[in-house]
Order: sequence, then C-alpha cells, then structure tokens
Amino acid sequence: MFCEKAVDLLRELQRASDGLLTPYNEDGVRQVLGELRALYIPNQQDANISRAEERSDLLPTIKFRHCCLLRNKRCLLAYLYDRLMRIKALRWELGSVLPNALRFHLAPDELEWFNQYGRSLAKYMHSIGSEGLDLVQDTLPPKSLFIEVRCLQDYGKFEVDGLNVPAEPQYAAFTAEG
Amino acid sequence: MFSSKASLSSPPSAGHLPPPPPPMSTLCIQFCDPSTMARVFPQAWLNEKFAPDLLETKQDVVDNMMLHLQNMDENLHQGHVGEPKSTIHQLELERLRFVLTSYLRSRLRKIEAYFPHLLEQQRSQTGEDLLRLSPDEYIFAEEYANNISLYFRRVALRHMPTAQQKLDLSKTVAPPDIERFVFLQVKDRQERVLIEEATDDQEEYVIDLEENSKHLMRYKAIAPLVSNGAVQLI
Repeated sequence: MFCEKAVDLLRELQRASDGLLTPYNEDGVRQVLGELRALYIPNQQDANISRAEERSDLLPTIKFRHCCLLRNKRCLLAYLYDRLMRIKALRWELGSVLPNALRFHLAPDELEWFNQYGRSLAKYMHSIGSEGLDLVQDTLPPKSLFIEVRCLQDYGKFEVDGLNVPAEPQYAAFTAEG
Repeated sequence: MFSSKASLSSPPSAGHLPPPPPPMSTLCIQFCDPSTMARVFPQAWLNEKFAPDLLETKQDVVDNMMLHLQNMDENLHQGHVGEPKSTIHQLELERLRFVLTSYLRSRLRKIEAYFPHLLEQQRSQTGEDLLRLSPDEYIFAEEYANNISLYFRRVALRHMPTAQQKLDLSKTVAPPDIERFVFLQVKDRQERVLIEEATDDQEEYVIDLEENSKHLMRYKAIAPLVSNGAVQLI
C-alpha cells in the first residue's frame, strides 16, 4: 500500500531504544525511492491527459498520488535526518573513532558525513581562545577533585605531577591526571 | 566604564555585603578582573542554558575566560602541589572550565538545531545589529548546513523525480520555540513591559517588573530584556 514502507522505516527507528543506531536499511530506502518514481510517472501521464482532453475526473487521483509522493519524501528525509542526529550523538559520546561493530551500521555516505562533522567540530574547538578547548570533555559538573586509584600491577615508583607516588594498593590522585 | 570598576574595587565596609556585580551589559569586559568574571560569567551561562533561542555572541567574554583559565592553570603549576589552597584553586579551575564548556555546548546545540534560520538572519543583518553567531560559530554553522544539504542530495534527492528534488531547509527545520515559558528573576526594575498585544477580545496586557521579583512568562515577551541584562533566567 502507499507509503507503508516509508512509515516502516520510521517505526524501525522508533523501536530502537533510547537513540541506538540500527543498521542502515538500504533496501527500505531503495524501495521508497522506487515507490516515488512509480507514483510520479502515472501522475505525469494523467496530468498530460487531463490537460490535453480537459478532463477533470482524473484530478482526485492525481492529487492523491501527489500527496503520497510528498508523504514518502517527508518520511524518507525524516528517517535519514534522525539517523544523522544519532550518529552526531556518537561523535560526542565516543569520539572521532567508532568501534567496528557500530561502523558496520553506517552507510558509506553516513560515514563520510560523520567524518566531515568531526572535522568541523575539531576546527571550531581549536579556534576557541588561543589554544582551543575540548568541548567533549567535562560533560558533568565536577563533584570531587580526587579520585581513588587502585594499583593493579606493581610498577614501582610513579611520578604524578611532581609528587612521587608509592606503589601502594590505593591512593587518591587528581581527577585531571586521568 | 571606569566608574563601574571603581565601585567594584571599593573595600566593603564592616558588617555590609560587597555591592552586587553590575549586569553583564554595563561591564567593560576588557578591564574586568578575574574574580568578577568568575561571578558574572555563570549568569551568562544560565541565560544561554534556559533561553529557547540563541543569545548574542559574547566572544570577548569567552576569550577572557580562556585567558583567565590559562593563567590559573599556570599559577597552580608554579605553586606547591598538595597544599590545601592549591586544591581549592584546582577545584575552582575545574568548575569554571565546566561552566565555559557547558556554555559553548548549549550554543552549539542551538546552532545545530536552528541553523537555517540563524544563517539566514545573520546574512540579512545590517552592520549595527548585534551578531548572534561569532565568526567561528558562523563558519561551523555554514559547514554543518553544507554537510547536511550535500548528504540529502547525494542519498535521496537526486534519486527523486525532478520536481521533488528541491529541499528548502528553512521551511523543513523547525524554528526556535520563543513562545515557551521561562522562569526569570528581575535585576533592574522595568516599567510597562508589554506581555500580550491588544486583540479584539482583550486589551493589551502591560505590567511593571519589580526588582528581585520572580516570574514565569513567555520568552517572547522578555527576550530583549535578557539581551540587555535586565532580567536573569533561572
């Protein structure tokens, strides 16, 4: 039926919980584009006929097909745009290198968009102040300055910002030291 | 401009609180001392966070904050590590860095959400109007807009019938919701603020805003007051 495939694409995205990225449904997109063409061609023909023969009984069909065309276009663009927003969120959460598992969920064009967005963002962050500021860090207000660090392996003495830290099981260090 | 600095540097008399910092708009930013910056910049941060629309760019404030953070960082590394005083300073540094990044992130989020409208508005502005996008933000917004347009064209639009290949982003992307209600606190007394315009059913609704009073109203009504610092969004 008309526009069903387009709405299916959107439902697929809605079902994915909480902004998760689903694999790119290339088949679905191709079907929607095919349906667009399948609607447009008879519409053109009918429009020509009704203009040439001055018939008005074809007008409702033409109008209906045109509405379906517009709805398909809108649903398809909404699907693509929502995916782009989810991919953008990945850049903020995971940085500029995506894990392999997620990379396969992106279409090649989406990957290109992701890289370009990363470049724009990096250029902007670099332009802040004189040395640039990493906006992806510090997403939560700092609650405490110190974090507890546990040594897993005995490396001996380790220098942390001027302090000699003994290889004890547990100690406190500045959060900024990472 | 220098008179406002003089009032800041006057020592507090015994038993009285220091005078409140002047609103952002009246500060001479270049000569602002760091402690005032640290008190006043969070106000700009809150305004940006709660306003539904992008506020004017405060590029000089951002640059000053960056310098201030760098100075603090250098001072900390020169001092003794481990002293309680330096711990407190380090925490202050982390807090200010968070406020600055949060401020810039709020702005970026709004730029990405409303980019067609912001770009169109900036392009049609004359020289005297206040700019909403800083030069770097403008470049970022343009690249973002191009990226999205190119992507749509490559993936969907060029496969569509010729008549459907156009996409006007300023019509499809929703504009900022300035009818949204916001909480605000009044800093400078305002007289006769227009809330609702006169229609056939009602007369125009005009109120006076008393100093330090708190209100909940549509952002559209008080947008200019946020820009000139007379109200603070909370």
